[in-house]
Amino acid sequence: MKREHMLPAATLASLLAIWGLVVYLFNVPEYIVPSPLHVARTFTRDFGMIARNLVPTAIESFLGFFVGNLASIVMATVFVHQKTVEQALFPLAIIIRSIPIVAIAPILVLMLGNDMTPKVLIAALICFFPTLVNMVKGLSLVDPQALELMKVLSASKTEIFFKLRLYNSLPYLFAALKIAASASVIGAIVGEWIGSTEGIGALIIQATYNFDTGLLYATIAAAAMFSVLFTALISFIERRVVKWSPEIG
Amino acid sequence: MTDFVSVANVSVRFDSDRGAVTALENVSFEIPRGGFLAILGPSGCGKSTLLRVTSDLITPTEGSVSLFGSSPAEVRRRRDLGFVFQDAALLPWRTARENVELPLEVGNGARLAERARSPEEMLALVGLADWHDSLPHELSGGMRQRVSIARALVTAPKILLMDEPFGSLDEITRDRLNEELLRIWRETQTTVLFVTHSVQEALYLGQQVLVLAPHPGRVREMVEPDLPQERGLEIRDTERFVQQAAHLRALLEPVP
Ligand SMILES: Nc1ncnc2c1ncn2[C@@H]1O[C@H](COP(=O)(O)OP(=O)(O)OP(=O)(O)O)[C@@H](O)[C@H]1O
Ligand SMILES: [Mg+2]
Repeated sequence: MKREHMLPAATLASLLAIWGLVVYLFNVPEYIVPSPLHVARTFTRDFGMIARNLVPTAIESFLGFFVGNLASIVMATVFVHQKTVEQALFPLAIIIRSIPIVAIAPILVLMLGNDMTPKVLIAALICFFPTLVNMVKGLSLVDPQALELMKVLSASKTEIFFKLRLYNSLPYLFAALKIAASASVIGAIVGEWIGSTEGIGALIIQATYNFDTGLLYATIAAAAMFSVLFTALISFIERRVVKWSPEIG
Repeated sequence: MTDFVSVANVSVRFDSDRGAVTALENVSFEIPRGGFLAILGPSGCGKSTLLRVTSDLITPTEGSVSLFGSSPAEVRRRRDLGFVFQDAALLPWRTARENVELPLEVGNGARLAERARSPEEMLALVGLADWHDSLPHELSGGMRQRVSIARALVTAPKILLMDEPFGSLDEITRDRLNEELLRIWRETQTTVLFVTHSVQEALYLGQQVLVLAPHPGRVREMVEPDLPQERGLEIRDTERFVQQAAHLRALLEPVP
């Protein structure tokens, strides 16, 4: 293992050890904080159930991620070409963004019913704003000399978009997508907290009501692992796509 | 008329929040087809503005520019303009070859097929035959500037505008590129307008040297150096060169 991998692994191991030690030394009751060993045992024992509940959450996260980011990419593209639309909508978008999504979640569930739709929408909403802001930046912060070059070459607006702005935006886009990946998982879970019968969110609520802390922690660990893998997938694609930025790769 | 680049009574004023700035005032000069004009002057005297007027990036407030009988806009649309910027302005996601190909991909560049030069040949011309597939961040500053020269030449432009292209390079690289630029100019017979604030560079490169004075930017003097057509870098150590350099330097002194 490389040093850069070994160090965080060692940190994680020590933290788990300290956790276990504290629980053991102070005799913390299991229904308040379980020991890491207990969590691990529950995880293997209930793996089937946790995995079954991860499936809807994963689907909602992926769909929300896709819908939210697609919408913000389209909107950023419109903003860059229609300044009036940007001036009309961008301040509004900032206001909507400052409403806590967690607070809108019940409204959406009431409006859209108890299937996947409200969860996907919440996940999409959470992804939407960071990507919108970054995408607008990436499409507009182009090297002014490159823009002048395009003018000297008599390039059309479409050509400037596809040959210059779009590529320029990719590092910004991927920075936002990496945030959106984990944010979409949060969105899906928050959506499932409200009256769902399946999904990681529902499992968290159930486990909490039953004081089944082992299951609660194991579920959270599963959600975290999924979130990390999702983000890693985006990083992997980023390294394939954005090869030119010297600080990457 | 059609065999000259002629700038007649050009003035450029910018209106900003802090009042109007006169970047150029009543600038006139003429250079023949195939000529090499070095534009020399202190910072802020309007050198870049002059190139931007010539390349249709801005329209002059007064006066007119004629490039071999056509307006800058017509020449730009015909893709007869090449522009080299100070910091290369390569697209970082394109390899050297793809950067050189860009002018053939945009603005109806595909229609230039029969007159366009081959990107490979252009890269060879600037000494980068072995670097086709390198990305800009893998190239040195000097190599990046060579790529941008190759890119400017690939459409076989009638006029090449260069805005302090070697300003950020070290002296050794700059000397080598100066020598190569003269060779490229002779081989391609392009008319060149070359902005610099180095007296040596202006005198070494220019068949004519236009000295500008600042605030507002205006013509101080058009100098036609008395130097042989074929010149190597060593010419800069001759007495003739040194004397004329002193003359140019004196012209850059503030007007009393
Ligand atoms: N777009 C603009 N808006 C307002 N003022 C401008 C603009 N472009 C240039 N100027 C002004 O015009 C004057 C000439 O600028 P210009 O860039 O042509 O100078 P320069 O000779 O190229 O200088 P340098 O050697 O530093 O590049 C300066 O005073 C500058 O502030
Ligand atoms: Mg300048």
